[in-house]
Amino acid sequence: MTDMTQDANVIPIRRIRWSRVLDHVILIAGSLFMLIPLLVVLQTTTTTDVETMKYGPELLLGDQFDDNLKKAMFKASGFAGENTGTSMLINSMILGLGFALGKIVIGMMAAYALVYFRLRFATFAFWLIFTTLLLPLEVRILPSYEIAQQLGLLNTYTGLIVPLIASATATFFFRQYFRSVPEELVEAARIDGAGPVKFFIDILVPLSQTMIAAMFIIMFVFGWNQYLWPTMITTDEDMYTLVRGIKQITQDLEGTNIPEYGRANMLALIAILPPVVVVIFFQSWFVKGLTESDK
Amino acid sequence: MKRAGFTTRWLPIMLLVPQLVIIAVFFYWPAAYAVQSSFYLQDPFGFGSTFVGIDNYTDLAGSGEYMKIARFTLVFTVLVTFFSLGLALLLAVKADNVIRGARSYRTLLMWVYAVAPPVAGFVGLIMFNQSWGPLTDLARSIGWDFKLGVNFNDTATAMVIVSVWKQVPVNFIFFLSGLQSIPKAVREAALIDNRSATGRFWDVTFPLLAPTGFFLLIINITYSLFETFGIVDVLVKGEPGNNPMTLVYKVYVDGFRGNDLGGSSAQSVVLMVLVLALTVFQFRLIERRIHYT
Repeated sequence: MTDMTQDANVIPIRRIRWSRVLDHVILIAGSLFMLIPLLVVLQTTTTTDVETMKYGPELLLGDQFDDNLKKAMFKASGFAGENTGTSMLINSMILGLGFALGKIVIGMMAAYALVYFRLRFATFAFWLIFTTLLLPLEVRILPSYEIAQQLGLLNTYTGLIVPLIASATATFFFRQYFRSVPEELVEAARIDGAGPVKFFIDILVPLSQTMIAAMFIIMFVFGWNQYLWPTMITTDEDMYTLVRGIKQITQDLEGTNIPEYGRANMLALIAILPPVVVVIFFQSWFVKGLTESDK
Repeated sequence: MKRAGFTTRWLPIMLLVPQLVIIAVFFYWPAAYAVQSSFYLQDPFGFGSTFVGIDNYTDLAGSGEYMKIARFTLVFTVLVTFFSLGLALLLAVKADNVIRGARSYRTLLMWVYAVAPPVAGFVGLIMFNQSWGPLTDLARSIGWDFKLGVNFNDTATAMVIVSVWKQVPVNFIFFLSGLQSIPKAVREAALIDNRSATGRFWDVTFPLLAPTGFFLLIINITYSLFETFGIVDVLVKGEPGNNPMTLVYKVYVDGFRGNDLGGSSAQSVVLMVLVLALTVFQFRLIERRIHYT
């Protein structure tokens, strides 16, 4: 930018551009604001609980990581002794993957029906489906719980996952995407004698690969991070996910004896890492999916 | 719908059935149930219920506690929305400026998106730990005896800070993508017309970002109202007591803990109306955005 404003006759001297330095200072400050809490949690997973209690978080990492990891993964804290880190991690995986998969399969099917078929009640179905975008689960949480209870879904994976799928975000996204697919494609497929099933599986699904990947990442993170619904629907400790178990984990931070900081922070770290790694690793897909799905 | 659609009859119906069944059972039924129960008074022991008309609503309107929570929710929403949008915009503008390290900054500023709200609340508990929390120490060094979970204002402050920390990344991602979609020609023209970077920002960049900003405004209000549930729940350690809480948290406390289905449903309906109003407002903005860009 400065090149345009410099006088051409003067030999350009390499000056420190203070505005550029300021940009970096602000960005570094922002990055630290985001990062420091994670580093504090990380540090306390590497020291003994006594040390943390005495000195608080320190600048250097300790050597107790293995020990705390063992405690987090295999020791249970609840009454029934079933909510070990391992079992919560497995449940979180099931919820994240099951939710993402269910949402995408059901959403793609419905979107395909709405975009590619002549249906008499298509408009009605469209409105039925898209009204669900208006009301978040939080405002109908109690009746949803009552209904899940009547259907005998408490403490089941079905009860954990299916009610969360009852919104049309993925359907809406795939509908938008399918509508942008060139019309000639379906005409060509029909001329070649492809039926609707063949067209869907052999042409549309492969064509949507990137979109499916982006949706999968967003939905996995969304499912993994669910809190309120799992809190209500799962009361058995062996059904806890990491995020659902976090409140019980916080109880480790208190108590009359030495609080189990190492174990609690390690579990928090395990709850944080998988979705964060996915988001960082597939950053460009994720950003694309996020910014395009909301338009 | 495509012009060249398939005409098979049974297939589309089969394709739609799973989606329709799920939303009928887990969306329309509960929503209708909430509206219905809001007109009934439930027996606390579960023996039937009595029709009480709009009593549950008038009780809400007359409840000083509910109004206090509503006021707190309003203040909380305004603060969280303002700070997370402001910070994110500042960071996005700077991240759009720099070339060196742009990718690293982007990653560092967006990873918190993937942290669950209650886990963010947990991180807040660590940072504000009464005996050694770094932020408690910081507050003490300026003479502020910070007591999370005991002092109303301190707990509220922690709630706002944690909620902002969790929300900045989403806003950052959208603002940055908004900035990067501003055509190069527009930027260059602005550069010729206006030498001051601040002037360029307010005269050119900011108006071009306004549609993204409006969209994010609604997203942030919805976030503050609903998604902060986990943060509130963890920071008050499940004990509302004298602690600040939001309207959604109150629905949960009254309905799930207090077993007051009628009162809780009436609160749900109030929130539904609020969300519907926000969404209608949002749709109108999006319509305008299409004309705008």
